[in-house]
Amino acid sequence: MKKIFYILWAVAFILGIIGVGMRLMYGHEPAAYGSRVVWGLWVAMYIYFIGLSAGAFLLSSLVYVFNIKIFEKVGKLALITALVTLICALLSIWFDLGHMWRAYEVITRPNLPSSMMAWMIWLYSAYFILLIFETLYAFRIDSGKYSGEELNRLKKRLKILASIGIPLAIAFHGGVGALFGVVSANPMWHSALTPIFFLVGAVASGSALFTAIFAFFWKNKDSEYFNQMIQILAKIVLVSVLFDLLLEWAELSIALWMGTPAHTAGYRAMLFGDYWYVFWIFHLLLGVIIPVWLLATKGKKPIAIGWASLLVALTFLGVRLNIVIPGLINPRVPGEALAYIHPRLSFHYFPSLMEWLVALFIFALGIGLFFIGNKIFKLTEDTENKAL
Amino acid sequence: MGKNKKENRRNFLSMLGTAALGGAILSPVLSKAANTALSSNVTEIKNFEGRIEDFLGGDYTNIKLRMQDDVRRAMKKPAKERKWAMAIDLRKCVGCNACTVACISENALPPGIVYRPVIKDEIGTYPNVSKRNTPKPCMHCENPPCTDVCPVGATFKREDGIVVVDYEACIGCRYCMTACPYEHRMFDFGEHYSDGLPAVAAYDERPSFEYEKEWTRENKHDSPIGNVRKCTFCAHRLEEGLLPECVTTCIGGANYFGDLNDPDSVIAKVVSKLNVSVLKEEFGTEPKVFYIT
Repeated sequence: MKKIFYILWAVAFILGIIGVGMRLMYGHEPAAYGSRVVWGLWVAMYIYFIGLSAGAFLLSSLVYVFNIKIFEKVGKLALITALVTLICALLSIWFDLGHMWRAYEVITRPNLPSSMMAWMIWLYSAYFILLIFETLYAFRIDSGKYSGEELNRLKKRLKILASIGIPLAIAFHGGVGALFGVVSANPMWHSALTPIFFLVGAVASGSALFTAIFAFFWKNKDSEYFNQMIQILAKIVLVSVLFDLLLEWAELSIALWMGTPAHTAGYRAMLFGDYWYVFWIFHLLLGVIIPVWLLATKGKKPIAIGWASLLVALTFLGVRLNIVIPGLINPRVPGEALAYIHPRLSFHYFPSLMEWLVALFIFALGIGLFFIGNKIFKLTEDTENKAL
Repeated sequence: MGKNKKENRRNFLSMLGTAALGGAILSPVLSKAANTALSSNVTEIKNFEGRIEDFLGGDYTNIKLRMQDDVRRAMKKPAKERKWAMAIDLRKCVGCNACTVACISENALPPGIVYRPVIKDEIGTYPNVSKRNTPKPCMHCENPPCTDVCPVGATFKREDGIVVVDYEACIGCRYCMTACPYEHRMFDFGEHYSDGLPAVAAYDERPSFEYEKEWTRENKHDSPIGNVRKCTFCAHRLEEGLLPECVTTCIGGANYFGDLNDPDSVIAKVVSKLNVSVLKEEFGTEPKVFYIT
């Protein structure tokens, strides 16, 4: 079983490297997005991963800020999950840039305060730095090398960092949502609910990923601790998925109910367009109905919780795709679609081979980094945590 | 009256059809005939052709040369005292796409990038159909939503009102493209018209002279490839005292261009005296491309 997994991973990684090579050599030419559907799979992956990161980070704050005892043993696991998914997010958006090597400009010449994207970049840069320091402190404290006064000082610092981290994680992921929310030319994105929806989605997907990792990788599955912990995590996932569904209903029903075509077009495309199955099958069936059923009725079994959470975590990419793509596939000026015919000016989008391969690379890299991290730091073993 | 109106319109449309079939050489003759027919029957269509002279005043023989003088006069002023604007007479536009093609040629635009598409609407159902052609350059908004969103400030409104992209600063994130209500901006994917052929054709290697620089397409990773691109009102031509290429090339003389701050300019008179409208006025972007309807 393990062998098959390693082989699959290696194949994915090699294919992914081919994709990255294509991207570096041919630029954006092999990509399927164009000048109408300007953002595609990579932007959706960016908001997906960055949501996972924010969600996992907020879970870690349960230990380092709120001192909730039961989470002690998994604090570092949550931090590493947040760090790896953040790296995946930044890579996704970096490949999407027209000029990758000018990315530094967002730091050297930010268009503040007017650009929401500039805000978001500064906020996640701060979050990235904070996350690295917080992880370092968490590991130092657990290393056993410090004691007494010194240990207390480290713990204090960690708590301060983690406390700053909470508003920062909320602000930066809210900022990702606001990046879409402020685009008033796009009625589908332009909603005050968009940033909130992003945040709740981050908690739902991030906690689901963490729960899946915990359910499948935790070494000592017979322990009382494992059983207690998984039940708590299951409740967090269940509640956040249901709350996310409520917000989704709010957004959809308000926009669609007797709305003018300009306001309903995006949601109509999402529900009944070419990619209806992303919403109905990937998101609603596999990402909500089945996981909620598993969590609510088979919640006592860790394996059911694990599968339910994995489903939520994976299918959330569909939720993210459904924000980006349907918001772009309707002409904003009537008649635009036929004014000048060229594939780059088409309102149809399906990711190209290069886009899929680069996506594969990012997923494989994330999984690889996590495995290496876990092997070195033994994150999923029941070790004594001295953080508190 | 209603029936009469309809018939007149039908007559007029069929006449236009004949004119189109007759080709370019015959068209002045035919349009004169159409004009006569119109002036006697369809009084509600004002200034259909050649009537702009009635209120322009001054001495001139060619309206394009006069607008060129307007441009040269404006260029002598400091940039912040100029306010470039364009007016497009939709009654004159025949939807020939000459402006589209001339713009592509002038700016050496690659495939998939078009600064001046012409939207063609069909109104009504057969046989009661009419067509409306709407050329759509950048609106060069007074309040452009596209510039505020740029994370690095690479796109901005110049003092003279032209919205530009700094090719050397643009990171290609494409956020501005999502923010434009007119869906004007386009991304340069680095494609060639001769892609798939054994060699890159010479016309594909022609440089673009936008922003008064020479932009080649040799390297797939150099600007303007990987950049967001847009109409500049042919800022590089204005610098030389020339009208934007779309204005120069229009076969029907449907375009007016110049400095809105100059009360003697053609554009100022056209915009103030004719029935003009802008696209998506409700956005409050205050476009500087006006449509005469």
